[in-house]
Amino acid sequence: MHPAPSVIIFTTLSGLGFGLFFWLGLGVPDVQGGSAFAFFFIAYVLSCAGLLASTFHLGNKKNAIYALSQWRTSWLSREGVAAIVTLFLFALIAVPRIFLGAEMVISGVIGSVLALITVVTTSMIYTQLKTIPRWNQPLTPVLFLLHALGGGALLAGEVKIAGWLLLALTLALFAAWRVGDRRALARGTTGDATGLAHLGAVRMLESGHTARNYVVDEMVYRVGRKHAEKLRWIALALAGALPAAILLLTPPGHITAFVALALHLLGVVIGRWLFFAEAEHVVGLYHGA
Amino acid sequence: MTALPDKTDKKLGLVIDLDTCVGCHGCVTACKGWNTQHYGAPLSDTDPYGADPGGTFLNRVFSYEAQAEGRPAQTIHMPRSCLHCDDAPCVTVCPTGASYKRAEDGIVLVNEDRCIGCGLCAWACPYGARELDREAGIMKKCTLCVDRIYNENLPEEDRVPACVRTCPAGARHFGDLGDPDSDVSKLVAKRGGYDLMPDLGTKPVNKYLPPRPKDTLDTAPLTAVADEPKGFLGWLDKALEKL
Ligand code: SF4
Ligand code: SF4
Ligand code: SF4
Repeated sequence: MHPAPSVIIFTTLSGLGFGLFFWLGLGVPDVQGGSAFAFFFIAYVLSCAGLLASTFHLGNKKNAIYALSQWRTSWLSREGVAAIVTLFLFALIAVPRIFLGAEMVISGVIGSVLALITVVTTSMIYTQLKTIPRWNQPLTPVLFLLHALGGGALLAGEVKIAGWLLLALTLALFAAWRVGDRRALARGTTGDATGLAHLGAVRMLESGHTARNYVVDEMVYRVGRKHAEKLRWIALALAGALPAAILLLTPPGHITAFVALALHLLGVVIGRWLFFAEAEHVVGLYHGA
Repeated sequence: MTALPDKTDKKLGLVIDLDTCVGCHGCVTACKGWNTQHYGAPLSDTDPYGADPGGTFLNRVFSYEAQAEGRPAQTIHMPRSCLHCDDAPCVTVCPTGASYKRAEDGIVLVNEDRCIGCGLCAWACPYGARELDREAGIMKKCTLCVDRIYNENLPEEDRVPACVRTCPAGARHFGDLGDPDSDVSKLVAKRGGYDLMPDLGTKPVNKYLPPRPKDTLDTAPLTAVADEPKGFLGWLDKALEKL
């Protein structure tokens, strides 16, 4: 799949934002007044910037309001609804915490659950697609959740919890690549896709177009295998292993947390680029890919 | 509404004969012509006379080569457009309700007044049948020429899809695949019509008729007539060698 910057930014930032909301809802860190304002501000900026980025790739923004209407069937619609409800509820939690010093325990827990639901709905947009076997597996939602929880804990200043979560993320990333590679291979061949395999080995002689077009640009994107292998290890180290090691093995401090966060973010962006660029769509089989 | 109908009264669709299709791309051109002037936003061409031309099509013809061990290769032309799937994943993923499947005849359409051009439906379609128009920012797909097949302003013989009407080889057939007694259903039964990628569970309505089995020649086409010539040929061989 074409790794569009808008979706990479969207999934990275909004995942982090809703991850931070999750911890803030649970009262982690337990802050009121000015510092509560700072934390909520960061969570809002991240999640809203992410959601805004996701609208950049829409061809026809003027109909955007309809996107909230099909929550009964569409995960994309559910995601929009869940995100808006979560953001709204957290406004009701943030205002009393900032200005009245209130605890807001019960609504906080509800908000945390909603934040997680939002992350799951985002992941399901990708997981549901049978046409992309690499995404269509149970580890995809696990990955999105671990990204959000780990990154959120790091932002919330819970360095040890963040360390363990990022360690779990490292393992999950590795497992998802393994399972994904197997699923991608099982897509079959051009012969299977065309139903012509009984005639022998099938290859594409001529494609249906001599110029570029939407389907090819969007879905028949390929990264070189060697390239991808290297990037995988870089993403694994930066997003998971290195920050986890820093957080778990060094004494907690602002500088180490900041370095861990910077490495993590860079790793997540590379990992998300790969998430899209490596995803093989079955339509590629018709193009001999 | 992007919920799929429980069942549709009819299953209108195409049957495409891979034995007969000669790969002339006539259907591609007829489709583009009709659908640029009728249903919804026109199918744009970007940079048509420039260095990097591109454009939207609802139907494209691919050519494949199949070769079995020790047999000559064979060419198969495969036109591909929307298969109007019964269990259309492109419909249920749509967040806006723009994509829908009609309960009366099973045609899958895009309501362009609701589409936001998110492209998710194109990701969900296994067959590459949906293209986002780069000028209009709206998802385009085969309409089964819904504005021809019921159009009483057209002469009766023209009330079929443009691609079917134009095909010079008679490789495209249109009809109700939900009715076992329709001509298309009988054709599918007789010729062993098949679904594309059935394991993905989309239950396509359109069917493809496989190429008919080819004859096998007794001799492979390029074996030498005689390795060790005898008789007259033998004499000629020797005589020529002496020269
Ligand atoms: S062929 Fe593709 S676009 Fe057409 S109904 Fe099936 S899934 Fe949808
Ligand atoms: S591109 Fe349009 S029709 Fe397709 S899923 Fe998005 S809103 Fe629906
Ligand atoms: S039925 Fe109409 S819209 Fe569909 S491929 Fe044929 S000409 Fe194009």
